[in-house]
Amino acid sequence: MSDKDKTTSVDRFDEAEALPTQKSRRKEFVQKFMKRKTAVISLIFIVLLLLAAIFGSYMAPYDVDQADYNNLLQGPSAQHIWGTDEFGRDIFSRLLVGTRLSLASALSATIAGTVLGIVLGLIAGYYGGWIDSLIMRACDVLFSFPDILLAIAIVAVLGPGITNVIIAVAVFTVPSFARIIRGATITVKESLYVEVARSIGCKNWRILWVHVFPGTVQSVIVNFTMRVGTAILAASSLSFLGFGANVTQPDWGAMLSQGRNYLNTAPHIVLFPGILIFVTVLAFNLLGDGLRDTLDPRMN
Amino acid sequence: MGRYALKRILNAIPLLIVISFLIFMFIHMIPGDPARQIAGQDATKADVEVVRDQLGLNDPLLVQYGKYMKGLFTGDLGYSVKNGQTVVQTIAPRFKPTIMLGLCAAVWAVIIGVLLGVVSAVMQGRTVDYIAMIIAISGISLPGFWLGLELIQLFSVGLGWFPTGGLGSWKAYVLPSLTLGAGIMAILARFTRSSMLETMREDYVRTARAKGLGEFLVVMRHAFKNSLIDIVTVGGLQIGGLLGGSVMVETVFSIPGLGRLLVDSINFRDYKVVQALLLFFALGYIIINLIVDLLYGVINPKVRYS
Amino acid sequence: MAERLLDVKNLRTEFQRDKSWVTAVNEVSFHIDRGEIVGLVGESGCGKSVTSLSVMRLLPPKTSRISEGKVLFHGKDILKDNKKEMKKIRGREISMIFQEPMNSLNPCMRISKQIIEAILLHNDISKGEAHRRAFDVLKSVGIPDPEMTLNSYPHQLSGGMCQRVMIAMAMSCEPELLIADEPTTALDVTIQAQILELMEGIKEKRNTGILMITHDLGVVAEMCSRIIVMYAGRIVEEAPVKELFASPKHPYTQGLIESVPKLGSDVSSLPFIPGSVPDLASMPKGCKFAPRCKYAMDICRQKEPDLTPVYGSGNRRCRCVLHDGDKGDKKEEVKV
Repeated sequence: MSDKDKTTSVDRFDEAEALPTQKSRRKEFVQKFMKRKTAVISLIFIVLLLLAAIFGSYMAPYDVDQADYNNLLQGPSAQHIWGTDEFGRDIFSRLLVGTRLSLASALSATIAGTVLGIVLGLIAGYYGGWIDSLIMRACDVLFSFPDILLAIAIVAVLGPGITNVIIAVAVFTVPSFARIIRGATITVKESLYVEVARSIGCKNWRILWVHVFPGTVQSVIVNFTMRVGTAILAASSLSFLGFGANVTQPDWGAMLSQGRNYLNTAPHIVLFPGILIFVTVLAFNLLGDGLRDTLDPRMN
Repeated sequence: MGRYALKRILNAIPLLIVISFLIFMFIHMIPGDPARQIAGQDATKADVEVVRDQLGLNDPLLVQYGKYMKGLFTGDLGYSVKNGQTVVQTIAPRFKPTIMLGLCAAVWAVIIGVLLGVVSAVMQGRTVDYIAMIIAISGISLPGFWLGLELIQLFSVGLGWFPTGGLGSWKAYVLPSLTLGAGIMAILARFTRSSMLETMREDYVRTARAKGLGEFLVVMRHAFKNSLIDIVTVGGLQIGGLLGGSVMVETVFSIPGLGRLLVDSINFRDYKVVQALLLFFALGYIIINLIVDLLYGVINPKVRYS
Repeated sequence: MAERLLDVKNLRTEFQRDKSWVTAVNEVSFHIDRGEIVGLVGESGCGKSVTSLSVMRLLPPKTSRISEGKVLFHGKDILKDNKKEMKKIRGREISMIFQEPMNSLNPCMRISKQIIEAILLHNDISKGEAHRRAFDVLKSVGIPDPEMTLNSYPHQLSGGMCQRVMIAMAMSCEPELLIADEPTTALDVTIQAQILELMEGIKEKRNTGILMITHDLGVVAEMCSRIIVMYAGRIVEEAPVKELFASPKHPYTQGLIESVPKLGSDVSSLPFIPGSVPDLASMPKGCKFAPRCKYAMDICRQKEPDLTPVYGSGNRRCRCVLHDGDKGDKKEEVKV
């Protein structure tokens, strides 16, 4: 390589630039993510929903329980954008405020299930032996039921109510995360560099933290996002069946369930909550898809 | 292959035992007093005792379990509190509607789902692909009960093409099976597409082209055949999920099937029926999974001839 | 005078990357005659596979295009053929075998079915007759129990067996030209030798022309009568095998040959060519090898040299200012 001429149009090979830094990877991720418009729109929508969940009660045009007996079962109008229900309550306001309940239950259930799943997966993968067998058998049992049935079974035992719905949804979320994390833990446990790390005195927990998580973060994030969508569907399904939220509470599923009685005369009571649930779950699924494609190392 | 099959079957047995135990424990896990709950708030202590006796809750736990397991094998599952008949008599007539509906849904969902997935993969990036995937992702995001209600609204009430419920004629199957199959169709479409995209990138597909094989046969004979192995597995699992979906669909369309019986029984605190139903659902799901596993072993030459 | 099978003229293939097109191979021209084994060597990413896939037109249709050049097979430009005509050529006139034989066979199809498929595509015969031919062709590639192999699935065979099957399948319709893309790279050394011997036998018996693509100089030294060296998508040198090894002209070729360890030589460290192959999207102006070349001069960085006959030698070509035959400008002989 010639030292004299510095006007080459090719940069010299620089070792330091060969490996991407933490910062540049994050930047690359954001850039790549921004290219997927559906994912970006979904993210914006979800942020709006979160805002609605937090500030909904201040922004709603009507009070959640404000009954208007002169305007029962009215379709969408200038006063009530999405119409009124059988008590004359404004559907838009109820849905807006109900965002908190519906999102909170779905999110808390998914978070609980994720955390528990990760912990169980770590324990199972790390300790192996009978603990591993036990935890995996338990997951098998949970996997032996389709999601909804498991949730129904749990609610059947514990009784109706939002708390129990959250518990039920959390329970059926656990196995998928446990499997992912357990698999990753075992792979890491058996890989050479952990032997090296241990031989130089690294503590076990630190090894797990540094080695297991980076590899699994992607799957966990993607799985989590999709699971929130599943949770919303499950929670609203349970509410629809009468096992979930109380009918007086402004929960999306419960509102739909009540509206069923008035399907012929006032279809809007079923329509709007349904659209809202649909679009919300769609947003989470699109976001999950977008995240998965962005994080996939092969997509280049 | 024999080893693979044996291992799978042997794995299923302890699972079934554990599940039957858990379902047995179901009554005992209910907070509060199940007998009281059945008898009602106003019942006298004596009434509650009668109910408790009926449920066999006075025997020691082990004896109860023994009776329960014996009952499973002899077909004595107890009595329904709601109608006084045996559980078996209550459940039996419900099988046919659920299974018929499940079959209808499964058939259309699998065919359309796989077709959509293959077409999307072959036409990747084109309009067809986008539309198909939009349909698919909507399918998995739609709340089943809402879809059912809107379909009723549109086609039964609005256009009068189909009945709003029950299972009178063949027409009555259309809307419920559409609703029931939507989720499966969507998941299969997405999975088939991603599987096909992978197999079409494999070396042996390139070899097939290099031999001079036409594109259609390359896709079907080489790529699809390999994807089929995994599609069958995923499809099978989804079909198991039909059991769960039936709860929703039967409720919405007022179909006298197992799913609706489950909901009714829970509401009525007819615990024996609930137990039996949960057991059947679990059994069904496990058996379907087992069949899928075995089928996988047969279709995949790497397992069959190992 | 040997019959000319393949004549590639000025081939230029581009790939689409992030909405713009990058050139993978450029100005590639070479020929292959009947009965000769021509080696195409270069590092990974130099464009040798792309060249062969371009000839067979097996590149992904949406993200790649052949923007210039002709590929004459028996004088006819097959780049202009439609799909139907191309299908007739593939497998029948020109066959190709690939690097990973285990992955190149359909895992869920028996070997018999795969070979028969190839045979029936180009021959109007019965299935039974096709089965017989498959048996024969497996025998001819040295497989001891052809019937058992026919009944097997790819995962039941070893790597070497799979490659024999691939070769058998490729030769089943008696093509005139065989393109072998790194056929032995994924195999053990002993199996390598067997496969190469097999291919040599094919050349002898059937007078097949073979394009041997590899990065292994040892393989080309064994098999080939003529060698083409590629770098960064261009041909940088072409010479008869003995001449190439005896006196390589292009600095890249010199570097390649130097970096192969020789038995018996006493070296403290292996020589290597510093730097790395340029990225397709950011190719340097001028000679593509200049950034790594120890003889690089100003003119090298400004203008890419043409592939010209080497001064004093009729059947050699070199893309280097140092050996530009036309100019007759002999720079001082640089000792290798």
